[in-house]
Amino acid sequence: MERRTLLRLGAGTLASLSLTGCKTFDFLSNPDDPARDVLISANRLTERAQRLLQGRDALARTYTEADIRQPMRPNGSTDPQAADYLALKKAGFADYRLTLGGAVETPLTLSLADIKAMPQQTQITRHDCVEGWSCIAKWKGVRLSHLLDRARVKPAARYAVFHCFDALTTGLSGPQYYYESIDLRSARHPQTILAWSMNGAPLPVANGAPLRLRVERQLGYKMAKYIKSITLVPDFAGIRGGKGGYWEDRGYEWYAGV
Amino acid sequence: MRETELKQPGEVIRRHGPWTRITHWLWAICVFFLLLSGLQIFNAHPALYLGRQSGMSQGFDNAVLRIGAEGGQGAAPLRGVTQVFGRDLDTTGVLGLSGPDGAQQARAFPAWATIPSEQDLATGRVVHFFFAWLLVATLAVWALASLLNGHLRRDIWPGRRDLRGLGADIRAHLGGPLPHGRRYSPLQRLTYFVVLAGLFPLMILTGLTMSPGMDAAWPWLLDLFGGRQTARSLHFLGMLLIVSFFVVHIVMVLAAGPLNEMRSMLTGRYRIRGHAAAEEE
Repeated sequence: MERRTLLRLGAGTLASLSLTGCKTFDFLSNPDDPARDVLISANRLTERAQRLLQGRDALARTYTEADIRQPMRPNGSTDPQAADYLALKKAGFADYRLTLGGAVETPLTLSLADIKAMPQQTQITRHDCVEGWSCIAKWKGVRLSHLLDRARVKPAARYAVFHCFDALTTGLSGPQYYYESIDLRSARHPQTILAWSMNGAPLPVANGAPLRLRVERQLGYKMAKYIKSITLVPDFAGIRGGKGGYWEDRGYEWYAGV
Repeated sequence: MRETELKQPGEVIRRHGPWTRITHWLWAICVFFLLLSGLQIFNAHPALYLGRQSGMSQGFDNAVLRIGAEGGQGAAPLRGVTQVFGRDLDTTGVLGLSGPDGAQQARAFPAWATIPSEQDLATGRVVHFFFAWLLVATLAVWALASLLNGHLRRDIWPGRRDLRGLGADIRAHLGGPLPHGRRYSPLQRLTYFVVLAGLFPLMILTGLTMSPGMDAAWPWLLDLFGGRQTARSLHFLGMLLIVSFFVVHIVMVLAAGPLNEMRSMLTGRYRIRGHAAAEEE
């Protein structure tokens, strides 16, 4: 009889769980909930497993011109309104200067012309959005590793942080500018480029003009658009929300290979 | 019916081994969280496509399923629409548009079917990937234990005898009360085999194909499933099949005597009934 009561109780719990629906687990949305910390630890396992299976330089699949079937779908910011960006846009980005600094021997300041004069790389790849959709487009630009070699990264540097012109939201302290970070392994990957051209034309504003990042083995939110500056850092704990990116500060995983 | 009677009807036997019971409940937990967090993730882009990419522009539409809300302007009330292979179905209240009257929300799957209940892709992903790992680990433990303790050979792996007995077993299921013995019937063996050796691996592999990191590591995944977006659609289809299995599974448990069945999956002890007693060898 006791066992029977136990079974009834168990069944009742299950039934009520399904009836109250999934509000039961809404506490998991709380970034400070310890249960969420346990769950998100699986992302570290994912990162280690994928890096083990990939090796350093395994390439993302590349496609053909025939696979470019539609304009690249823009997402996130599509028309930044920061005053400095609007001024640059008005002048066709002639006055744009990318700065690369932080833990490097030789900080760089580069115009778009300087960047275009460097060795160029073109790749037709599939952009995978965290939302679930994919879109194939052709990207042209300079390998990030080329810039890192020119700047001579100091041994202390572990991450490249990308600061952007666009702000998706405005907080109490003003506009929340987009930023992202990747580790040096991703930064030096052969397909990681700073793209200024898309589908054979200058990068449109909606897709991140004048310069955006391509990190082909990860999801779209890692690929910062409207890049203003790049900083090499030993860690990103002290930067903004401390999680390494705009979306990471809002609960998304830093490693976005999945 | 052979009369090699070893067990008497009404006798209590040991049916499920400890590994079978532990992994069963781990799966139940995994599938629950994977389903509801998966629907949360789906809601972030409630459309499915066939091919390498998502046709989202005029002149390129390879969608096979779209869930959304339409109308809301002028006299036309907002309604939930599910488009399957180009055909529109009104699914107001459940798919596309749901929630209490006056506070209806445009969302693909309703709040009661997602974890968390509100739109929160980041948390959905955190939950999904944790339980995906747990499912893979459970499947590995189950496969190893079942290989060693004979559960796989005895109860799951379908043999010629099961295929021969399938017709009779289907008729038996359509007919009256079924015998309840130690052995799995051909239909049971085939079902568990399809779920454990077919659907679970399909879900794992199509899930991996959606990962750009795994596509770089294992490019054959893209060729196996015909592109990332096809893999995503197959992942959804696999989900529907697992939900169908779950519904039938629960119906069968209820039909067979929920307390006896539940007890056998909790304690391993099971009361045999009907002619099945005679089947014990």
